[in-house]
Amino acid sequence: MAIIAVRDLGKRYGRKVAVDSVSFEVAEGEIFGVLGPNGAGKTTTVECVSGLRRPDRGSVTVLGRPPAEVRSAIGVQLQSSELPERMRVREALSLFSSFYPAPVDWSERLGLSAHLGVEFGRLSGGLKQRLSIALALAGSPRVAILDELTTGLDPQARRDTWSVIEDVRSAGVTVLLVTHFMEEAERLCDRVAVFRDGRIAALDTPSGLVSRVDGATRVRFVPSAPVDLAALRALPDVTDVTTAGQQIVVSGSEDLLHAVTSLLARRQVVARGLRVDQVSLDDAYVELTGGSGAEDH
Amino acid sequence: MLKIIKVEARLFVRDRLNSLFAVLFPTLLLLVLGAVPALRTPAEEFGGLRFIDSYLSSLVVFTLGFIGLQRVPTVVATYREKGVLRRLSTTPMHPARLLAGQMVVNFVAAILSVLLTVVVAHLVFGVDLPHHPLGLAGAVVLGGAGTFALGLVIAALAPNARAAGGWATAVFMLLMFFGGVYLPRFMLPPAIQAIGSYAPPGVEALQQAWLGTAPDWRHLAIMGLVGLVAGTVAARTFRWE
Repeated sequence: MAIIAVRDLGKRYGRKVAVDSVSFEVAEGEIFGVLGPNGAGKTTTVECVSGLRRPDRGSVTVLGRPPAEVRSAIGVQLQSSELPERMRVREALSLFSSFYPAPVDWSERLGLSAHLGVEFGRLSGGLKQRLSIALALAGSPRVAILDELTTGLDPQARRDTWSVIEDVRSAGVTVLLVTHFMEEAERLCDRVAVFRDGRIAALDTPSGLVSRVDGATRVRFVPSAPVDLAALRALPDVTDVTTAGQQIVVSGSEDLLHAVTSLLARRQVVARGLRVDQVSLDDAYVELTGGSGAEDH
Repeated sequence: MLKIIKVEARLFVRDRLNSLFAVLFPTLLLLVLGAVPALRTPAEEFGGLRFIDSYLSSLVVFTLGFIGLQRVPTVVATYREKGVLRRLSTTPMHPARLLAGQMVVNFVAAILSVLLTVVVAHLVFGVDLPHHPLGLAGAVVLGGAGTFALGLVIAALAPNARAAGGWATAVFMLLMFFGGVYLPRFMLPPAIQAIGSYAPPGVEALQQAWLGTAPDWRHLAIMGLVGLVAGTVAARTFRWE
């Protein structure tokens, strides 16, 4: 059964529609990614699931009930929410633990043990994030909602955080993860919903999203002698051929490389600087969200 | 709830400059003023009292005003601005409890500060213990409630922590003026003195309870009313994020 069910969710602020008929379900134990440019409705959706906002339309349930009724089963890590400057890590942990019937201490696993006496205002960005995760998990929630948790972290800290999320999942927690790092979604998420203009533009596994893109494989090379582009275009696996200066870029399906190199060999042309690119989730994302300028970090 | 009060109390104490200032400053000011012989001599202007006697209520006014209007609005507005209240909204605990804890801690600090002033005034300068202790307690509680509630209204309406601090300081200055903190009340025109009697934290009621016979119930009622109205406005208009 779905642990999170969002049906036909709608939310507007004044005249601006933030979210419009969004529906999805998250299964227990899943890591579900929410992707999309700023202003696409990710945060509003997640806030409705956290019980912070009331939907204008549609319904949101967590564990079959409205989120506001099951707050102790939901752990939330919010984008840009802080603690009092002078509150120490230890105090924050014990304060948040006191809100829940069955608190769990994640400080050890999150590497906070050495910083228990440090005041929040003096923590580094990475430690603040880790504390924030520890507080989200303090009540041993069934569902953890993590909003852009690795934004502002350096690559090493980001990878460390990823392994924490994997730990969280293996502890049986369902994770709703808002992110704008494709690498993060690709590495962690079982399924991803890509938001665009307040709606879900696509919902699939990361590899499923990639395979939706036409010309998922690209071969680039500089031919040693002129090549007939029409002949390349006529190959069964090719969807598109373009040139960039002397370079030829051939797009197509997975078996593209073999088809192209055989053709060149038959014509005794050498492919110099040959490179094969697989379309990444990044490309799929750009295509799904309408690309240019939509994203502004 | 107890846990929240404990944590908030720790945070209060840890903010040394502010907490020491709030609790100790009125007493220090009393000691400094009392060190001047002329201010220790009974005089006509003070109705046969010494200056320091007539100034006691203004010291309490300062305490309540400083805590209620300098600390409360900035802390509350900062909690909102930094998303602390929003963060708590996602837990089973309502963020209103954090504000309640804040109020309790600040109120206790105000009471400690007043008690310290009473004790030092008595021991060092032989000032009478409050003539009407119950009346003084009532005046401190109601005057404090009125002042704190004004602070909360400011926190509720100000767009951000900086604005809250600015607005609160303006109100603080004004109330300190009416409360005879800058200029002793006998130097103020009668109209200003009258306003001071009715404006929180209620300098006249405090003075009457301490060295007069009993506070005027009308003054206390006005404080209570201000507290009630301002408290309601604050609760109605408060934004959690």
